Amino acid sequence: MVVALVCLPLAYLLVRVVDGGTDAWSVLGRERIAELVANTVLLVVLVTGAALVLGVPLAWLVTRTDLPGRRFWAVSAALPLVIPSYVAALVLLAAFGPRGFLQQVLEEPFGVERVPEIYGLPGAVLALTISTYPYVYLLAAAALRDLDPALEEASRSLGRSRVETFRRVTLPVLRPSLGAGALLVALYTLSDFGAVSLMQYSSLTRAIYVQYRSLFDRTPAAALALVLVVLTAIVLVLEHYARGRVRYHRRSPGTARPAPRVRLGPWRWPAVAFCAGVVGFALVLPLAVIVYWLERAVSLGRELGDVWGPAFNSLLASTLAAGVAVAAALPVAVLAVRYPARWTRALERLSYSSNALPGIVIALALVFFGANYAGFAYQTLGLLVFAYVVRFFPQAVASSHSALLRVDPRLEEAARGLGKSPRRAFATVTAPLVAPGLLAGAALVFLSTMKELPATLLLAPIGFDTLATEVWTATTVAAYSEAALPALLLIVFSAPFVYALTVRRGPEVDAPG
Amino acid sequence: MGATMIRLERVSKAFGAVRAVNDVTLEVGRAEFMALLGPSGCGKTTLLRLIAGFEAPDAGTVAIGERVVAGHGWIPPERRHVGMVFQDYALFPHLSVARNVGYGLPRRGRDTRVAEALELVGLAAHCHRYPHELSGGQQQRVALARALAPEPAVVLLDEPWSNIDPVLRSSMRDELAAILRATGVTVLLVTHEQEEALSLADRVALMCDGEVVQTGAPEEIYYGPATRWAAEFVGAANVLPGRLAGGLVDTLVGRFPAPNGGEPGDVEALVRPELLELALDPAGEGEVVRREFRGHDVFYRVRLPDGTTVCSQRPSNESIPLGARVALRPHAGRVALFH
Repeated sequence: MVVALVCLPLAYLLVRVVDGGTDAWSVLGRERIAELVANTVLLVVLVTGAALVLGVPLAWLVTRTDLPGRRFWAVSAALPLVIPSYVAALVLLAAFGPRGFLQQVLEEPFGVERVPEIYGLPGAVLALTISTYPYVYLLAAAALRDLDPALEEASRSLGRSRVETFRRVTLPVLRPSLGAGALLVALYTLSDFGAVSLMQYSSLTRAIYVQYRSLFDRTPAAALALVLVVLTAIVLVLEHYARGRVRYHRRSPGTARPAPRVRLGPWRWPAVAFCAGVVGFALVLPLAVIVYWLERAVSLGRELGDVWGPAFNSLLASTLAAGVAVAAALPVAVLAVRYPARWTRALERLSYSSNALPGIVIALALVFFGANYAGFAYQTLGLLVFAYVVRFFPQAVASSHSALLRVDPRLEEAARGLGKSPRRAFATVTAPLVAPGLLAGAALVFLSTMKELPATLLLAPIGFDTLATEVWTATTVAAYSEAALPALLLIVFSAPFVYALTVRRGPEVDAPG
Repeated sequence: MGATMIRLERVSKAFGAVRAVNDVTLEVGRAEFMALLGPSGCGKTTLLRLIAGFEAPDAGTVAIGERVVAGHGWIPPERRHVGMVFQDYALFPHLSVARNVGYGLPRRGRDTRVAEALELVGLAAHCHRYPHELSGGQQQRVALARALAPEPAVVLLDEPWSNIDPVLRSSMRDELAAILRATGVTVLLVTHEQEEALSLADRVALMCDGEVVQTGAPEEIYYGPATRWAAEFVGAANVLPGRLAGGLVDTLVGRFPAPNGGEPGDVEALVRPELLELALDPAGEGEVVRREFRGHDVFYRVRLPDGTTVCSQRPSNESIPLGARVALRPHAGRVALFH
């Protein structure tokens, strides 16, 4: 039932496009579609490549070398996760755009009146790389820490130098983790709406939104959305095949000694400069720009606008979405973990499929559905929360699944054996063990919902502004100082979650070595 | 044995405050099979890693063959020509068996050499498999083939049988040892199992707390341990008070010829349990207080009139019931004395 509801949007979209027939395609024109697809693919390839180029060396430096201050870098390199892509884009525009800081700084002494164009592809790639490279970084760092150092030592003792060993052993063994990281980045980029819109880069998501806004007939938007879904599916399939036949588990975790750290020697300072450059650009610059705008707005006595209303709305919607998602995910996960059968597993896999559904696609489908069949729900908070739940359901299922896997069913049996009823056994043994995992899942959904933009734009009831839409509205009219406070609040609300979910659990770099 | 293959001179290595290897001097001869025996945490694996080049010594020198590889200058592991079989085998999970074995070989003649090495360990049929598709024993043989393929002068084995099912262990052990002996390579085996070390090695080096306490042939280590700790580590031991006089030592269980003299006086004597024969005798001085049937032999604990107990190990065809009075007859054999 739950899964069916979650899959509903996709089915509806399909129906809609088939109904609309071929006119939808002719409205758009073949060439236009091809161009949009090419733009999107180019963006995905560039962002994924850039995220790998930043994330892998960072991960290696903080886990395997004597980099000065590596604990500090390990944490701060993950923190740009708190910055939504549209905030990153906004900051880049403010800093490097026409009449941005860079130009102002250069104008006085050098008379520079034009800086290189930031709009379009370069800006979109930059903004998305800033907000996605931490995925690659975190996964690569975890994999490097898990890697049995004996593999590298075996390679050295067989006559291969350190560089050859890295290329022929370390990288191939890391491949699944790098693949997973690249997949996350690619999916994020495919579904991103905010950054590409602000940068005015014609990717599919932006075109969908433009079509949706500009035409009465919404079928072309639906058709484009389907194209986007197909692209996403292709990315997923590619990643699946790239993983191949090889398995990379370490046989006996825990027995391996921590890898000895590579001494960087004179390379120490270039390495620190690299880390500082990435963190400075991806974390310090955005925060500095936002704080600057805010400070200026305050000192000029400008109206900051009512942010507490949107802040409350954001918290409300995110809390609801987190609660509903986890409550709905739990039964699915319980079925898959405790009663593994082909159909329960298929059910679970199906619920992951909405991972591949960009927010704008889900929103669009629900708009159609709401407007045509469920008028009572259209323009309500309920439908918005439903969209969030559909969008982030996989995150909730995955956390519930791993939380349940950690509870050995024998523990419950032991409790029964000690004279507890099934319900008491569940309440006294299973529930306390599962609770932290479920909370983590809820936190993940909460965080994602806070940052979500396209579905919120399309589905929020009139007058229901959230922090994300506030930032959006302010930036579309280039009122950066009005965007500053909501953007800062978004970051402030998200930061503890990101810290708890990724940094604290993820890179424990301080293994004795 | 001929020339020395591995020479460690006054080697020390500390990790923080822990002195893992402390002033160790050790030589392994060419084509010798040496076992480095000691309890876990005694520094034996660190010693192996110092030889392989995965750790650098804080003091002392390491030489392989004629070449000093650490101490004066530094030769990195990839240029030491040392084969290593790791505890968890460390097979490359992304490479097939054949490509694992061929990893350390030059392109030229690689295929023939891989085929030879796999033939040697009897896995020629599995060359296209991946490591996770093999059993533990097969993985270990692949690891050995990989280490032997580049024809190293030295092979280092780090507890190679610790992950093998105990039932299979002894046959695996014989198999691996036979392969190694056939190649004539110098072998240094790290293990914490005395039976393994004693049965396989030409010589055993006994390690404790980062120091090599004794080196010698298995019999020397077993019957002539240098310290009381060594005596108890390498096998079951009766350590009895005794008096040394005139080249003989008197103990509660009889009189033995003393090894290589020594000052007369009070000593502790090591009498291995299999040197104590028991005979049913109602007037005997001992009483059997515990009896452990172990298949091929029986282990008895016998209480002597003064309250001390000694153990005796007898073949299982001579059965003595629990509670019986027995006379103890020391067997001709070696005792060790600790002054």
